[in-house]
Amino acid sequence: MEQAPPDPERQLQPAPLEPLGSPDAGLGAAVGKEAEGAGEESSGVDTMTHNNFWLKKIEISVSEAEKRTGRNAMNMQETYTAYLIETRSVEHTDGQSVLTDSLWRRYSEFELLRSYLLVYYPHIVVPPLPEKRAEFVWHKLSADNMDPDFVERRRIGLENFLLRIASHPILCRDKIFYLFLTQEGNWKETVNETGFQLKADSRLKALNATFRVKNPDKRFTDLKHYSDELQSVISHLLRVRARVADRLYGVYKVHGNYGRVFSEWSAIEKEMGDGLQSAGHHMDVFRGYMCRYASSIDDILEDEEHYADQLKEYLFYAEALRAVCRKHELMQYDLEMAAQDLASKKQQCEELVTGTVRTFSLKGMTTKLFGQETPEQREARIKVLEEQINEGEQQLKSKNLEGREFVKNAWADIERFKEQKNRDLKEALISYAVMQISMCKKGIQVWTNAKECFSKM
Amino acid sequence: MEGERRASQAPSSGLPAGGANGESPGGGAPFPGSSGSSALLQAEVLDLDEDEDDLEVFSKDASLMDMNSFSPMMPTSPLSMINQIKFEDEPDLKDLFITVDEPESHVTTIETFITYRIITKTSRGEFDSSEFEVRRRYQDFLWLKGKLEEAHPTLIIPPLPEKFIVKGMVERFNDDFIETRRKALHKFLNRIADHPTLTFNEDFKIFLTAQAWELSSHKKQGPGLLSRMGQTVRAVASSMRGVKNRPEEFMEMNNFIELFSQKINLIDKISQRIYKEEREYFDEMKEYGPIHILWSASEEDLVDTLKDVASCIDRCCKATEKRMSGLSEALLPVVHEYVLYSEMLMLPEEIGKLEDKVECANNALKADWERWKQNMQNDIKLAFTDMAEENIHYYEQCLATWESFLTSQTNLHLEEASEDKP
Repeated sequence: MEQAPPDPERQLQPAPLEPLGSPDAGLGAAVGKEAEGAGEESSGVDTMTHNNFWLKKIEISVSEAEKRTGRNAMNMQETYTAYLIETRSVEHTDGQSVLTDSLWRRYSEFELLRSYLLVYYPHIVVPPLPEKRAEFVWHKLSADNMDPDFVERRRIGLENFLLRIASHPILCRDKIFYLFLTQEGNWKETVNETGFQLKADSRLKALNATFRVKNPDKRFTDLKHYSDELQSVISHLLRVRARVADRLYGVYKVHGNYGRVFSEWSAIEKEMGDGLQSAGHHMDVFRGYMCRYASSIDDILEDEEHYADQLKEYLFYAEALRAVCRKHELMQYDLEMAAQDLASKKQQCEELVTGTVRTFSLKGMTTKLFGQETPEQREARIKVLEEQINEGEQQLKSKNLEGREFVKNAWADIERFKEQKNRDLKEALISYAVMQISMCKKGIQVWTNAKECFSKM
Repeated sequence: MEGERRASQAPSSGLPAGGANGESPGGGAPFPGSSGSSALLQAEVLDLDEDEDDLEVFSKDASLMDMNSFSPMMPTSPLSMINQIKFEDEPDLKDLFITVDEPESHVTTIETFITYRIITKTSRGEFDSSEFEVRRRYQDFLWLKGKLEEAHPTLIIPPLPEKFIVKGMVERFNDDFIETRRKALHKFLNRIADHPTLTFNEDFKIFLTAQAWELSSHKKQGPGLLSRMGQTVRAVASSMRGVKNRPEEFMEMNNFIELFSQKINLIDKISQRIYKEEREYFDEMKEYGPIHILWSASEEDLVDTLKDVASCIDRCCKATEKRMSGLSEALLPVVHEYVLYSEMLMLPEEIGKLEDKVECANNALKADWERWKQNMQNDIKLAFTDMAEENIHYYEQCLATWESFLTSQTNLHLEEASEDKP
């Protein structure tokens, strides 16, 4: 059940209740390589049959990135990167895919989409965007947003973001998301028309609630601690990894210097004609191996950068987790305030009825100052209070219900997230091992060849 | 040294067998009968004040020579010692083993200095015992080098490690510096021991065996020409430049030394840099593993995987450390020694006046030069082969570590999968 009011404008059909976190709505999907040079993974999504938007299996890919210039809101010229999003529907029978939609979006539009999702699905751990600015860079990597390597990695990150949404059982059915993929013009206006910015909880309100809430669900408190730890440990890991990468780069590159020396030396040996002419040749070969060794580090570290990106995604997921916790705290605080307010009104009412004055009230004070009120006046006040109490009780009931629903739904999505996280992180760690193995094998090969050079001299 | 022995045995390099080719520098033929005249000429050529000393030295060495040829008054040229050298230089017949270890600090009111323990084991008859243990300081090594240069001006004497520390180290005697120096001193003595001629030098023997007071008193005998001796070789060789009929070989030698010096200095720099980079890599890696352990504390389902990754990283870390130490044991000292050699052999521009003396010095120098070159090529080759092996070993270790991690993960996965099956 959505937290968002079932507005027919946003969903073509109100979604029926169904268990969240069902396995077939997961990320498991066909992974194919895009033909275009820049394209990497694309994932097919097996969607619910009662989902109205996607009647067939679809593939989404962010296949290209392009530099553009335009004018911004203040009519100043700016340069930005636009990304091409292609959607394909896949025929089940022969696996052929047909391009159904293709449009260009820039990063700020992705941000808008995400902000919208955060407001309308506060109980969902909304997938994070790739970083806006390059962080955890090691010295060779550029921190420039326009750098082609950074743009490339961001392209992959944006694709991943869309795939995560498309494979989420609830988010994939959102109309705004559908329009993001299909309606190039006017999409921004459509999103803004939903008025989601107004519905967003103010940061201040949320902060206030965090400090003042008395009885949040313990699971959310624990989750908050976990997300803090996750963020801290992954940040630390990424920082150290960047430094290790830096150092490793240094080690490999210095060996390249041997190349030049030995090639010059080989020239001398050849000149000397010492009966060691072959030595010169072997030195040349050695030089070749050292150069190759030195340049092999570039590919190795590029692969590692993808690993770092996988970890970064979960670094940013930590914030998404915290957002859900914050919403819970807000709702809980709201509930507590409502309950408190109700209790105080009941108290007032009781006092009026029984005539004892224990609670301070303005009316009580003015009565003291300006004279006792008439029985009729008192009756009127009691009646008002009783109405308010009635209303309050209704509200409290519905708030309670809302709160419980939220907790139930949020927790279901969190469980789904946990499984996803465990799978993904384990896979990432294994892929790291695979990278190391490949690096070691290359190293063994180069040095075995190098050793042979010297033994032949 | 393996390499050096091989060199002296190779017929085409090493000391030219005087008898093999008809050439004899200025009458310095190695035939027993004529050694006398050549020896006298040599003494003149080299303008030694300390003839007595040299005679002493040589006469003792010559006791091993064929008696017929021997005259106690004549220094025997290195050339004439070839026959017995070839004998003695069989690798299996190495009879002098020297180690340098246990640096110790000594503090007096005037100074602080380090002594090194030198253990000599030998089966040679002329040594009074088969095992000796003495303590020497750097000064003593300097003295020995000076004496050797004095006694054998035409030979290439191994270099000593630098006297002073380079690149502004604050403490004069930090551990790395002492260890590097110890290794170099060890090398120095072993080079001498393996040299066909130098190994029988009397001062060398005294250095290895005498007690501290004995050495002191021996040192005081005869001031020697330390400062001049070192330059004799250079003076002789540099006089080549002024000579009109410069022998081809010396020009070649000169050129080679120049080029070699450039190259070896570069290689030295690069090798030191590699060590530095590897050290910095190692320092960062040390931090990398533990983070995964920290992480495992907050992830119930990934505890094992994370802990395994951490232990893999730590093992690779250890392998890096081993690779570094291999580099500093094998490649760095060898390359650096040759840097010192090249500095020593770089001949300063001087106008030579010793035209005649040139002729005699020719063959002696040339012989040792060939031997040196052969050694150098072997040593460099060996050092780089070692480095390659260290790297191979390093990568093999890391590979094994990560592969076993991968296997354990796949096995776990299979286990879990089979557990899930009802």
